[in-house]
Amino acid sequence: MDSQTVAIRQQAEIEHHEHEHPPYLRHHFETVEQQKEAVSFGMWLFLLTEIMFFGGLFMAYLLYRNWYYDAFVSASNTLGIGLGTTNTAVLILSSFTMAMGVYCAEMRNKRGLLISLSATILLGLVFLGIKTIEYHEKYTEHHIPGASFSIEDFTHPTDKRDVALAPDMAQHAQIFFFLYFAMTGMHALHMIIGISILFALLYKASKDAYTKGHTSTIDNFGLYWHFVDIVWIFLFPLLYLISRHPLH
Amino acid sequence: MSHPTLEDAHAEPHIVGPKIYGLILLALLCLTALTTGIAFVNLGVFSPIVALAIATIKMVLVILFFMHVKYSSRLVKLTVGAGFFTFLVLITMTLSDYISRAWGLW
Repeated sequence: MDSQTVAIRQQAEIEHHEHEHPPYLRHHFETVEQQKEAVSFGMWLFLLTEIMFFGGLFMAYLLYRNWYYDAFVSASNTLGIGLGTTNTAVLILSSFTMAMGVYCAEMRNKRGLLISLSATILLGLVFLGIKTIEYHEKYTEHHIPGASFSIEDFTHPTDKRDVALAPDMAQHAQIFFFLYFAMTGMHALHMIIGISILFALLYKASKDAYTKGHTSTIDNFGLYWHFVDIVWIFLFPLLYLISRHPLH
Repeated sequence: MSHPTLEDAHAEPHIVGPKIYGLILLALLCLTALTTGIAFVNLGVFSPIVALAIATIKMVLVILFFMHVKYSSRLVKLTVGAGFFTFLVLITMTLSDYISRAWGLW
């Protein structure tokens, strides 16, 4: 066989191998599918540690809600149910836009991916904005636990449907608010981290990083974002909906 | 019934489409409205049970469809299950500790 045939054969082999081994396939994996699976598995293991991380706070909530139920009811009723429900809808919508982002990456639709990521960022920021309003409300109402906390709203409630608490039970409302700030604060921190990463993903997506077959990063960030959504799905009823006054 | 093959253990090469995502979004928003609305109904001791049940349904929908676990390999499904199990251990063991000793004495 002459040298030209050999050269053509070698070129065909190289192209064939590149098709089998795309640049994003790391050498310690046999196939792209195996790599995807391993990365996904790793991400899930991280999410498991996050479940246990938030789990501790949920356990504390479970305990103190049972011990100081009346204080928890009164304290929970000071949270705005309208803002809370809106925030829940905002986060669920952001999970939808994130899932659409994964779809766009898989369909190699760069523009769709950029729109989806931007929408997710926007909704995340709306969530944090509403949270800021709620935190400020707690500040002005003297419901932040510590030196500035006032039991007045709980020992002498203005709303006639509210039950007046004894001073020692009213003090326990601080535990509710401590858990409120700890849990929603930790959740908000996860949101901030997520939004920061989203900005980075948005930039890289604009450079075609995720619409050439390598969708793992978007997939796995999606897992993180959905997890943060799930945490809020539980936080909302536990913090905001303990025992709202029945409508007659 | 055929033996489970190696193929069953792998993820289905399945792209979840906008239609399914849209349906799940709708379901989640409806469940949110439900959980808020039902909070104003006096269900007595069942209030927290109903609230947590609705939250659990929402979580399952997000996990199965948004997080693709329904279309994932057995390994991933097992991992998610392991996560739940470990969380349940956290709750039940801590609660059993408190309940068996000084419940409310603090």
